[in-house]
Amino acid sequence: MQTLFILAGVAIGVGVIVFMSGLLSSLQANFIRRVLTSQPHIQIIAPDEVARPLRVAPSGVVVASIVQRPAQRLRSIDQWQMIRTQLLRRADITNVSPTVTASALAVRGDASRSITLTGIDPEVYFNIVKLPDYIILGQPRVTSEDIIIGAELAKDLGVSVGDKVNVTAASGALRALTISAIFDLGNKGANERSTFVALRTAQALSNLVGGVTSIDITIQDVYAADTIAASVQAEVGMQVDSWIKTNAQFFTAVNAQKISNTAIRGFVGLSVAFGIASVLVVSVIQRSKDIGILRAMGASQNQILRIFLLQGALLGFLGSLVGSLVGRQSLVFLHSFLRQADGSELFPLILEPSLFVAAVALASVTGVVAAAVPAIRAAKLDPVVAIRG
Amino acid sequence: MAETVPVLRLEGVTKTYNADTAAAVEVLHGIDLILQRREFVALTGPSGSGKSTLLNIVGLLDRPTTGKLFIDNRETSAYGDAELTRLRGHSIGFVFQHHYLLSAFTALENVMMPMLADREFPNEAMRERAHALLSEMGLAKWENNLANNLSGGQQQRVAIARALAMNPPLILADEPTGNLDTKSADTVFDMMRKINADNGASFLIVTHNNDLARRCDRIIEVVDGRIVTPP
Ligand SMILES: Nc1ncnc2c1ncn2[C@@H]1O[C@H](COP(=O)(O)OP(=O)(O)OP(=O)(O)O)[C@@H](O)[C@H]1O
Ligand SMILES: [Mg+2]
Repeated sequence: MQTLFILAGVAIGVGVIVFMSGLLSSLQANFIRRVLTSQPHIQIIAPDEVARPLRVAPSGVVVASIVQRPAQRLRSIDQWQMIRTQLLRRADITNVSPTVTASALAVRGDASRSITLTGIDPEVYFNIVKLPDYIILGQPRVTSEDIIIGAELAKDLGVSVGDKVNVTAASGALRALTISAIFDLGNKGANERSTFVALRTAQALSNLVGGVTSIDITIQDVYAADTIAASVQAEVGMQVDSWIKTNAQFFTAVNAQKISNTAIRGFVGLSVAFGIASVLVVSVIQRSKDIGILRAMGASQNQILRIFLLQGALLGFLGSLVGSLVGRQSLVFLHSFLRQADGSELFPLILEPSLFVAAVALASVTGVVAAAVPAIRAAKLDPVVAIRG
Repeated sequence: MAETVPVLRLEGVTKTYNADTAAAVEVLHGIDLILQRREFVALTGPSGSGKSTLLNIVGLLDRPTTGKLFIDNRETSAYGDAELTRLRGHSIGFVFQHHYLLSAFTALENVMMPMLADREFPNEAMRERAHALLSEMGLAKWENNLANNLSGGQQQRVAIARALAMNPPLILADEPTGNLDTKSADTVFDMMRKINADNGASFLIVTHNNDLARRCDRIIEVVDGRIVTPP
């Protein structure tokens, strides 16, 4: 009876851990996948303009000068073709895509919206940002007359695939572009502001013919982004950002989650351990007569010890087996229950078998550890006292 | 030569409970005792005289406070717990008043228990031996019953079968018939006598039943922690 209760206790504890860990790792993996398919792993950005005072102070004279930060104009990355060749030679870098990013105004009839224009070479760029995966209408075609816009912007401007929009750049240049596709990046801001045009078109609109404002990069090992970014920075002498840095908030949040997750696991583990221990303590008392008899029959202290350690391991093992199953099923249930408005899944469920193996193994070990005190007590029982009861 | 070595010998055994405390009481005072092979001996005496204490010491469940205990001519005072356990498993069979079977197991499994603890028997051999012993006790039909589902007399016979499992030279019984009606008590006693005759195991039986005591080879009487019958 107590055995049943403690098994249920272990199962619930392990179930909670499995459920929580599975959910967290699914959400996390999903977020990372989204980030990694919607932004470059590493980005080289053109340096800001810095104002230099014209007057040079004669030596020995201190001149206080107030240097105003200049209004930032778009600037191209110097010798970007050379940098690209250089980067492509590195084994850890898989794609290099020069882009132009500029602010502009999209106008359609009375409606106008400010947008961010990204000029891309689709051949390479789509290897970095899997834009075609996010397209909900139209074709990912980017000729010099095309523009790909977000769902939110399309709604605001009241346009659809095939319609034309007028794009006015900060430089004053104007172009009428045809909407070739509409995407949904799953983020309202991006769906409102991001637009994609041919590199050539963006260069022309922003008076940067032949220039680029950033170089987007993908790499082999996405988790090495920080180190690779640093080494690229050393190589090209420009500001280089990694996705880890631009999503620092996310990683801070993940770390906080991990810590609280570990704490919860620890406490659940402790309560499972105490539960098993208390059941076994009671069991040792209840069975002291049997223990005494076994000792009289020639069972050694070690054998008695092992019986109870094994019992602890079994409680942990069986309980966690049930718990893993329950945790898994509730995840699957939650996953099928939580749907987006259109009925598609909210996040992909990622259930690593290793999670269950680890949960069961840890619970079994916890069972053995928890059983140690009662088992030692049982082994040390004086058979005479035990038998007399 | 080996035949003349007594199966059990006690020299000046005393037992003090709660030694080194204010509650210390000496309940056995210098017990000398020899039990030969094949002997079938009754241990009698008033309640509280120290019979169970003596039996526990002889059975290596408890240690004498002073004095020497020889089992098969082996002096045991220097033995550690593991050695005592081993000697106990091989040389001594116990039958208790309250039979003390493991209630969650079948009669057969209970009889297998000492062999399991010894770990030197293959599974099949254990089963066969347990079955043979239970048959001898007239319990073959009941061997797969849970111990709980047997009558008192049957349970006590299972306990005897269990005591015989390792074929020990010495069997200790603490009021084995104390909880049985006269008829069952007679059956159990006869079985012990038969085993004694068949395989030569020595018996030391604590009993309050004078009729049964008189049917033993010899009676040892303990009064106030001393043996009062001349050996
Ligand atoms: N663990 C113990 N601690 C203290 N005193 C004990 C202990 N066990 C037994 N005694 C005392 O030792 C004396 C002998 O007890 P024992 O059980 O050996 O008697 P017995 O001859 O078997 O009696 P009975 O016929 O009632 O079974 C008794 O006075 C008892 O109270
Ligand atoms: Mg007694």
